[in-house]
This record gives sequence, C-alpha cells and structure tokens, in this order.
Amino acid sequence: MKRDLKRKKSSPRTRGKTFALQFFSLLGTKVLQWMKQLGFGAIFTVQAMIKIVGRGQYMRILQHIYFIGARSSPIVLLVGLFTGMVLGLQLYHALSFVGAEGTLGALVALSLLRELGPVLTAIMITARAGSAMTAEIGMQRATEQISALTTMQIDPVRYLISPRIAASIISFPLLTSFFNLIGIFGGYLSGVLFLGGNSASYLYRVQSSTGMKDITDGLLKAVVFAIIVSVVCCYQGYFSHQRTDSHGARSVGLATTSAVVISCVLILISDYILTSLLI
Amino acid sequence: MNRSPLIEFKKVTKQFGEKVILDRVNLQIFEGEITAIIGLSGAGKTILLMHIIGLLTPDEGEILFQGRALSSMSKKELSSHFARISYMFQHNALFDSLNVYENIALPLKEKSSLSKTQIHQKVVARMQQMELTDSAQKYPSELSGGMQKRTALARALVTDPNIVLFDEPTSGQDPVRKNAILEMILQYKREFGFTAVLVSHEIPDIYCVSNRIIVLYNRRVVFEGTPQKLQTFAHPFQDEILQSQRSLKQELQRTGGPECKNIP
Repeated sequence: MKRDLKRKKSSPRTRGKTFALQFFSLLGTKVLQWMKQLGFGAIFTVQAMIKIVGRGQYMRILQHIYFIGARSSPIVLLVGLFTGMVLGLQLYHALSFVGAEGTLGALVALSLLRELGPVLTAIMITARAGSAMTAEIGMQRATEQISALTTMQIDPVRYLISPRIAASIISFPLLTSFFNLIGIFGGYLSGVLFLGGNSASYLYRVQSSTGMKDITDGLLKAVVFAIIVSVVCCYQGYFSHQRTDSHGARSVGLATTSAVVISCVLILISDYILTSLLI
Repeated sequence: MNRSPLIEFKKVTKQFGEKVILDRVNLQIFEGEITAIIGLSGAGKTILLMHIIGLLTPDEGEILFQGRALSSMSKKELSSHFARISYMFQHNALFDSLNVYENIALPLKEKSSLSKTQIHQKVVARMQQMELTDSAQKYPSELSGGMQKRTALARALVTDPNIVLFDEPTSGQDPVRKNAILEMILQYKREFGFTAVLVSHEIPDIYCVSNRIIVLYNRRVVFEGTPQKLQTFAHPFQDEILQSQRSLKQELQRTGGPECKNIP
C-alpha cells in the first residue's frame, strides 16, 4: 500500500502538475509584484511632479541643475565630440564607395539630432548623475535621514525628489543640444579636416537637411528621457530599504545598479516608441 | 486623583513578517512628565517611539492623543499633532550634506514662518548651549560621536516642541556631557514644561531624571510607575539584570580581575 502511494507521488504526471503549479504560481507572484511596483512608481511620479512648485524649491532646483547639468557637461561634451568624429569617419568611408561624400554633413547632423544626441546624452547622465542620485537617496534612507525629514513634517518627496526631477527636465535638453553641436563639429573634424572632405558642402548639408522638427523631436525625447531617468533613479534610492534581496549598504549598491540598468533599458524602449510616433 | 493621559497605547500590536515586536501593549504618558522606557536590547523601545511620532502605525490596537484616536484624525489634524513632537534618533539621522548650523536650522527654515535673523538667533543659542559653536561649519562626518549626538539634540529642541522623544540621548557621551544633557532636559522641562519620553540603558541616571518608568519585556509592558516603585518590582527582568551582574562578578573572581563593590 505504502509503496503504491510512493509510486503515485512520484509519477511523471503528478510531477508535471506540480511543476506547472509552481511555474504559474511564481509567474503570478512576479506579475503581481511588477504591477505593484508600477502602481507605486506611477503614484510616486505624480506626487513628485505636483510638488515641483513651492516654497524653497527654486534654490534646490538650481543646486541640482548645477550637479546634474553643469557638472555632467564635460563628459557629455567629450562623448559628443568622439561620437561625431566616429560618425564622420565611418560615414565618409561608406559614402565614398558611392561617391556621395557631399551628403556627410546631412547624415551626421540627422543621426545626432534625431537619435544619438538624446539617447547617448541620457545614458551618460544616467551613468554619472543618475547613479549618484540613487546612491545618495539610498544612503539617506539607510541612515534614517528620510525618516528624520518626516518627523520634522518636511515632505521628503518635495524636499528630495521633486527638485531632482525638475532639474533633470531642464538639464537633459540643454546637454542634448550641446552634445548635438559638438557632435556635428566632431564630424566636421574627422570628415573634413582629417579626411579632406569639402568644408562648404558639409556645412551646407548640415544647414539644408535639418529642419526645426528634427531639433524639437530630439529635444522632446530628451525631456521624456529626463523624466524616466530621474524618476527611476530617485525611486530606486527612495525605496532601497524595501528590497527583498539585500539590506543596508548592499541594498543601496544593488539599487544603484538596478537604477542604471532599468534607466538604460527604458531609454532605448521609449526611444523606439517615440521614434515610431514622431517619424 | 485620576489624571487623563496625554498619550495612551491601547492593546497596540506591531509585527514585521512573522516577528511580533509589540504584543498588545498598554501604556500611558502624562503631560509635563519625563517618562523613561527601559528594557533589554531588541525589546521594541525604538519601535514604540516610532509609533508615537507616526513613523509606524500599529497593526492592531489604538494610540490615543488626549483621548482621541490617531486613526480617527484627519490628515491636517495629524500634521498639526505631529508638528508638536520632536524626535531625537538613536543614530542621530543628521544630514551628511549639511553642516552643523544648517542641520539645526533645517526644521525652522523649512517649516516655521520666522525671519532669517530670528532663525539665526535661535540656532546660535542652541549651539552655545550644546557647546557646538566652534563646530558650526563642520559636517557630521567631521564630528565625534558625542558631538553628533549633541547636534541631533539641538535640532530636536530648536523648534521648542511640546513633546520630545529621546532615543538614547546620552549614549556615547563622557560623564560630564552626559550629566549636562540630562541637566538640560530637566532645565528645558522646567522652563517650557514639555513632555519627554526617554529611551535609555543608563538605568541609574534614569532613576534621577524621570517621573515615571515603563519597562518593556518580552514584547509587553510589564511595569508602569515611579522609579521608587520600580525598586521593589519583582519580575524576571530584574532577575535577569541581577543574574548578569552575578555572572560578571564570578568571571572577575575567576580571572582575578578587580573586585566590583557595586555588584550585589
């Protein structure tokens, strides 16, 4: 009798059922967790956006513009210059096969304005300022500084999160513009000065092929990326104490990693969606 | 004479996951008194304070303020209620990106309608009391543990609150500064008549400064009363303290250490 029961328990059919149950239970739990996170994220974003305006916010926003914008500009400009130079180099050689070197300016400018400028700027700011935002807010959570704000009746979202989001919304388009400008100059350097392309043709193509829509579409993307990056990075830091995979300093470290990875993935996904809507 | 309590816990239960921290806790805190909460480490003293300041809410039971349940108050009422309470954190919770002056001035700058000059005067006065004037421009990471504690204390008192919750205010202080802090709490209480709730391990000092003592043991309040009454309180908590003292005495005798006359 006992042997029969044992055989029943371990039959392939029962094992299959158990596996399916476990799989769907795990899947369901994960989906519910994601939905919960999404809901929290939406509430967090709306609250932070509403609280951007208010007493003392102006100075705090300026401080964060200095950190997110001004202090990110050297690295953004450097990456912009070399991106433009690589584009100039690659496209010049490719175009020379079909004798269309004259269109180099148009290709460099359009690639930068529409795609590379906003995307690479956002990724660079995520790596430099976004990760710092998560780490700083996460440490403030771990050392009870956020609880201290609550006990002083100071709204932590208004004090810590809203100014960062506002500063990002202002800084991202500005840095994207600088990136585009220096990128076009980088393309000129490699395509015209180093490889001997026609200077007048390059500049004429840049001017004639780019319209206002190319510029505004790129800047619109920058604004969307600013919201995504600042919200994801602040959210990860703010709720780093609720992570189930770690505690303390490790949770801050993992939150920072998650913030950078999630931001980069969302930048690329939203870039595709925006491009398909704007094109 | 029957007094009505300022803050009252009625069967408050709090648990994190499976772990029960507070189990049907009943206690009363009276206006104008210094109430000390004592208990072994991990007994839930800090969690209890966090319920008073509103950082945590009970899973079961009620917290009453002047007879009114906090759960029945509107958001605005709660906000004005908590604005009267100050909390000094066990680990200070100072803002590491702000210097000592800015840390103390923060609650006034953000929440009061005082002018810049008035805020400056108040902050300077608190810094003088805490002997922090020379460290005004220093950041928390540049301060010793004791100075950080005093900065946190100054920040908790700068708003002249009605109720102050102190989570181990004298830990890490030298005896002179420890006495100075306790003296200051007493002096403030005399001047402003605030209500203080004090969590501490410094048992002899607590006897001197507090009007009432609450003992947390095994997730529950096992004693509420005056320090004098606590001396005659027979409970495993007292036994555990005595037992630990006896063990220390035996260890000292075994290892040929100094004779400690304070241990019975």
